Amino acid sequence: MADKVSFEMVSPDRLLKTADVDMVIVPGMEGDFGVLPGHAPLISTMRPGVVEIHDEGNDVEQIFVRGGFAEVTTEGVTILAEEAIAMADLGRGQLEQEVSYAREDIDDAKTDEARDRAQHKFDQLIQLLDALD
Amino acid sequence: MPNLKDLKNRIRSVKSTQKITKAMQMVAASKLRRAQESAEAARPYAERIERVLGSLASSMVGNEFAPLLLAGTGKDDVHLLVICTSDRGLCGGFNSSIVRAAKSHIQELQAQGKTVKILCVGGKGFDQLKRVYEGLIVDTIIMRAVRNISFTDAKAISDRILHMFDDNEFDVCTLFYNHFKSVMTQILTAQQLIPALIPDPEESTTGDPQSGTAGGAIYEYEPEESEILETLLPRNVSVQILRALLENAASEQGARMTAMDSATRNAGDMIDKLTLNYNRTRQAVITKELIEIISGAEAI
Repeated sequence: MADKVSFEMVSPDRLLKTADVDMVIVPGMEGDFGVLPGHAPLISTMRPGVVEIHDEGNDVEQIFVRGGFAEVTTEGVTILAEEAIAMADLGRGQLEQEVSYAREDIDDAKTDEARDRAQHKFDQLIQLLDALD
Repeated sequence: MPNLKDLKNRIRSVKSTQKITKAMQMVAASKLRRAQESAEAARPYAERIERVLGSLASSMVGNEFAPLLLAGTGKDDVHLLVICTSDRGLCGGFNSSIVRAAKSHIQELQAQGKTVKILCVGGKGFDQLKRVYEGLIVDTIIMRAVRNISFTDAKAISDRILHMFDDNEFDVCTLFYNHFKSVMTQILTAQQLIPALIPDPEESTTGDPQSGTAGGAIYEYEPEESEILETLLPRNVSVQILRALLENAASEQGARMTAMDSATRNAGDMIDKLTLNYNRTRQAVITKELIEIISGAEAI
């Protein structure tokens, strides 16, 4: 379909969602980006954040992903999520758990590079936590 | 003439064996359904990550900065074989077929003068391999305590492998497992993990109609290709291991189910034979007693 984006979301243990939607907003590593029909092919890594699926007017579905990859082709978007939780099911507690894991990662990091990466992830999670309030 | 009491005991023992195999078959059948579902659910992710990797990798061909996981170390002297088997027995030829394939692979590599190292996942593979290749086994990972194989389990294994790779302990890594095709058939698969094999673009277009246009498209990358590859490649290793473990788990239950089914049937045949024998013997004993009585009466 020309005026729809075919959206696919898979996590390592299952295929989570396939649908034709109007627009998808992906939390890319270097900033959020929206995917509309006819988007140029793109491969991007994702930071922990929220994937928004816009379909039929005001209907917005939000899914939290713990990082992963997004592949955009001329037909649609494929999201390879590390772990995905529907925003409605995601409680504050779970997110706080994530934050504490990230903090442990920073402490455990052996190289500067790994520490930077962990720190980055930690900051993003904190941001997300703020956004939830 | 076989003893009546002995026959009776044998029939009883075969019957109780049959009960056990029957129960195991039913347990395997119910586990199979779950294992099959999770194995099939894991396939899309593994296939897609392979596709993304394929399109990324083809753009990196010939690039001297390509990550080692993709390009390899430039040697193939030391091979690491990851052999996934089950932890429990009584599943027909499931484990032996994997071990047999691994053994022939080891012999082939050794004939070429390569060094072979083995990482066993699952206790049965270790049991069968340790007799011949004990010195080659680096480690054994027992999954017995794990009920539902999750990504974390696969990641633990892949972390270990990647750690060994970083320490230059091997050059090529191959994964052995049984691919679940149907309950009756498992396809033995040897998959090269490191360096990552780039799927042939023509092959992947026939497999997936969607990638027909996607395969030829030129992607933009965000961030750089090499950065994406750096996270994608280790991830691919864990995902492929997860897939192997799940496929293996489903295959194991399938193999056990068929093995136990035929065991139950064999036990049934044996019971029939023994019962026939028992009845014949019983009648022979009666006839003998009658003859003795009659001939005794005639003699008087």
